[in-house]
Amino acid sequence: MNDVLISARNLGKTFSSASGLLGRKGRDVRAVDGVSFDVHRRETVALVGESGCGKSTLGRLLLRLIEASEGEVHYMGKDLLKLSREQMRAMRKDLQFVFQDPYGSLSPRRTIFEIISEPLEVFSVGKTRSQRRERVAQLLDQVGLSPSFMDRQPRQFSGGQRQRIGIARAIALDPTFIVADEPVSSLDVSVQAQIVNLMQDLQEDKGFSFLFIAHDLSVVRHIADRVAVMYLGRIVEIGPKAMVYDTPHHPYTQALLSAVPEPDPDAKKTQIILEGDVPSPANVPPGCSFHTRCPIVQAVCRRDRPPLLDTGKGQMVACHFAEAHPLTKGEHADLAKTRLQAVGSTGAL
Amino acid sequence: MTALDHGAQQVVAPEPGKFEIVGKIFAGRPATVVAAFVIFAFILIAILAPVIAPYDALAQSFLRINHGPSWQHWLGTDQFGRDVLSRMIYGSRNSMIFGLLAPTLAAIVGTTLGVIAGYFGGIADRVISRVVDMLLAFPELLLAILIAAALGGGFWNIVVVLTVAFVPGFARVARAQTLSVKQEPYVESAIAVGVRTPTIIFRHIVPNIAAPIVVLMTLWTASAIRLEASLSFLGIGTQAPNPSWGNIIRDGLNNLFGSPWPIIGAGLAITCVVLSFNLFGDAVRDVLDPETNQ
Amino acid sequence: MTTPLLRVEDLVVEFGPKSAPIRVLEKVNFEMMSGSSIGIVGESGSGKSMTSLAIMRLIPEPAGRVSGRIEFDGRNLLDLPKKEMPRIRGRDIAMIFQEPMSSLNPVMSIGDQIAEGIMLHESMPREKRREKAAELLRLVGMPDPMGRLDSFPHQFSGGMRQRVMIAMAIACNPRLLIADEPTTALDVTIQAQVLQLMKQVRKRLNSSILIISHDLGVIADIAEHVIVMYAGRVIETGDSRSIFRNPTHPYTRGLLDSVPRLKDDRKRLHQIPGSVPLAGMIRQGCPFYARCGLRMDKCQQQMPPMQSVNSTHNAACWVTAPPLDTPRLVVAGEMR
Repeated sequence: MNDVLISARNLGKTFSSASGLLGRKGRDVRAVDGVSFDVHRRETVALVGESGCGKSTLGRLLLRLIEASEGEVHYMGKDLLKLSREQMRAMRKDLQFVFQDPYGSLSPRRTIFEIISEPLEVFSVGKTRSQRRERVAQLLDQVGLSPSFMDRQPRQFSGGQRQRIGIARAIALDPTFIVADEPVSSLDVSVQAQIVNLMQDLQEDKGFSFLFIAHDLSVVRHIADRVAVMYLGRIVEIGPKAMVYDTPHHPYTQALLSAVPEPDPDAKKTQIILEGDVPSPANVPPGCSFHTRCPIVQAVCRRDRPPLLDTGKGQMVACHFAEAHPLTKGEHADLAKTRLQAVGSTGAL
Repeated sequence: MTALDHGAQQVVAPEPGKFEIVGKIFAGRPATVVAAFVIFAFILIAILAPVIAPYDALAQSFLRINHGPSWQHWLGTDQFGRDVLSRMIYGSRNSMIFGLLAPTLAAIVGTTLGVIAGYFGGIADRVISRVVDMLLAFPELLLAILIAAALGGGFWNIVVVLTVAFVPGFARVARAQTLSVKQEPYVESAIAVGVRTPTIIFRHIVPNIAAPIVVLMTLWTASAIRLEASLSFLGIGTQAPNPSWGNIIRDGLNNLFGSPWPIIGAGLAITCVVLSFNLFGDAVRDVLDPETNQ
Repeated sequence: MTTPLLRVEDLVVEFGPKSAPIRVLEKVNFEMMSGSSIGIVGESGSGKSMTSLAIMRLIPEPAGRVSGRIEFDGRNLLDLPKKEMPRIRGRDIAMIFQEPMSSLNPVMSIGDQIAEGIMLHESMPREKRREKAAELLRLVGMPDPMGRLDSFPHQFSGGMRQRVMIAMAIACNPRLLIADEPTTALDVTIQAQVLQLMKQVRKRLNSSILIISHDLGVIADIAEHVIVMYAGRVIETGDSRSIFRNPTHPYTRGLLDSVPRLKDDRKRLHQIPGSVPLAGMIRQGCPFYARCGLRMDKCQQQMPPMQSVNSTHNAACWVTAPPLDTPRLVVAGEMR
């Protein structure tokens, strides 16, 4: 397809723990394991998963903030991973990152002007200081902050305001692609909505593509075009938003959806409560990595890793039983019921 | 775009005052105020030495050898008939210059090495860290004696000696700080917008590791003064006939029982200045580096 | 009517100099019946955690000054001599913290840590204590409880540590369990496990739970009665169903509307303008004034008193509640 902006092919990252003085080798952590996906022009892809699933690492691999162990990232006909450091640096004009931590990601001793104008200065946008000041004022205005804040320091601002500053910096160079790593998860609920809406507005206005990383499915419902669910370094399900939310095929996606607590005491939905913990990425189970917690696990799951296959409508699922379990709402409840019984019998209560 | 109306238009924290830090150093610490006053007084004495010293520090007189204190010579005279008070006043210049110059030079060299080791890692880190570890294995005084013995005395040699003795400490602190600051999201965010490595180091790393380095500098000013005095006392520091508190004590030993005043005077001066710099350094540390003040 | 298990009356907590105090709690009032579950919901700086610390008398003195009454079982905890408190903590009132790792001693086996809690309040021989500890671990769904007694906290995952914390908290059958953001540090699927466990534990032990969270979903899941706090004040309280169905205070409404939901195809989220005020920043009038879409002049001068919405439901707002099932008010920001 022609409107693919950036695409990852078999992207992988293994963190090998530092070898000690005597050269003993620690255990390797497979953070991202052979991930392939595309982001189209003007599209928002949400990348969702729990801690340790490799979602942040994947976001950084795309922009080479971490060097990949293997794979390719295609952008504008080039493999980003093959570029020299200097070539890659030049590419950063188009590819920007919004960080999770609005407190840590702004240099504490610099003013807001210095922080936002840094990318302008690096790429020589705006010849004079006054031109840059004008641009920064414009950017501050676009993210909903008063330009009069320009000469203040980050510590004078609240978390939400700081995240706006981070966004202003990310859009300063009119990038084509922005990766946002849990940009609202450390903010208060009432402020989260402001930031999500702001990013949505900016995207519509400026037309960049967006990879929005989140730890649960509720936050991205409003902003995503497509959703990818990650588990232990792999994408287990990816597809158009409506399909992933309405007909989730992978049992993990189903559990993730049902685990989000709804602010409604009458929403006594039958929850699928997964047993056990997410295995450590240093010790990924063989076969389907979800088999240790899967409610519909079969022998084949412990043996073979299911490939990520298209179900026919653009939704891709990595499950041996995806075809057999495109759960309708009724089946979903049934499954949940049997699951609850199982929990009841193993739990002591 | 209407976003402007939704954003909070008030800042959360007040604008920090320019002299806030200076105020904090002295607030509620009378000892620090006294210490700062002592330091200031000694710096003034050092600067104004030619004006306030009653005699030429080098002028010898066979008529006045080993005199005790008198109205003409408040601290008496030494074995060459030189005025001890004048020698002490001029000697303060040595102490202050070494005390301020050596830690500054050591901070520059040590921080550079530490930041290189911490930021780039790899071979540079391994080489620098091993050398630093080796140097740290020697007590400062021994190391200084070793180098002084190799180079001989003289002003610049002493500066080199003291600097080399202090570099490892700064390098180690700078490296550890760089390693931690390098992990800060704001450094990653600078990389993400395409900032070049030298800019990252000078703009985002160095200013953020400066506080512990400054603290170390103030604390080691005291050590530098002490060390210079020790070396001069041992005869490998400031060379005769130039005065230094260390060699005033050394000369005073020859006539310890005749007149103890050169030793008492120089000893007191060293104690006062070292104590003051230490007190001041502690206060600076408490304010700049609250995490390490246990 | 029976006396409430916990009654908090005019609870005020101040920090800073006496001449210019920073009030982080401003006259907090609520009561809690035995066997009930109350959720305190609020954003950062709302004073929700401060309330729980005040109840446990864990606010550092003299930096923090606590006044008002905290009656537990008819006794005012604030009048008790300091050395009495440890006996109440753990035995009568137990607490579960947000960060299970830093709340557990890293160099002590979890069996010993649970047993320590039992030992402080009940005397029994060592073997019995181990048995009891294992029993508690089994109760909180720990696989192989006997075998894990000698494990150390770092050998457990976050969810399992929170289970250990819950086991420790319920060791002495406390009458009141205070859980301060018990699931905030956990992943969603693990959070679901822990919430389910807390509900089971509560049913089983018939204890009262005071749960504190910023997450309205968590509160809706577990609490029967809800207290909404904002900037150190209680602004709305009521039966959980009434609060979630018929939120009355503009802040509660805005907050509920701004929560992203799974089954919701709105293209945009509702947003409350402005940012959450810092503790003690608001000295006069309604704390929500600056962000409120329905503000009137008198809101700035005077904090509105609690107005009754229905028999269990009160809100501190001049604007009276619209009847049930009318569409929610459009608050500033969405009108454009």
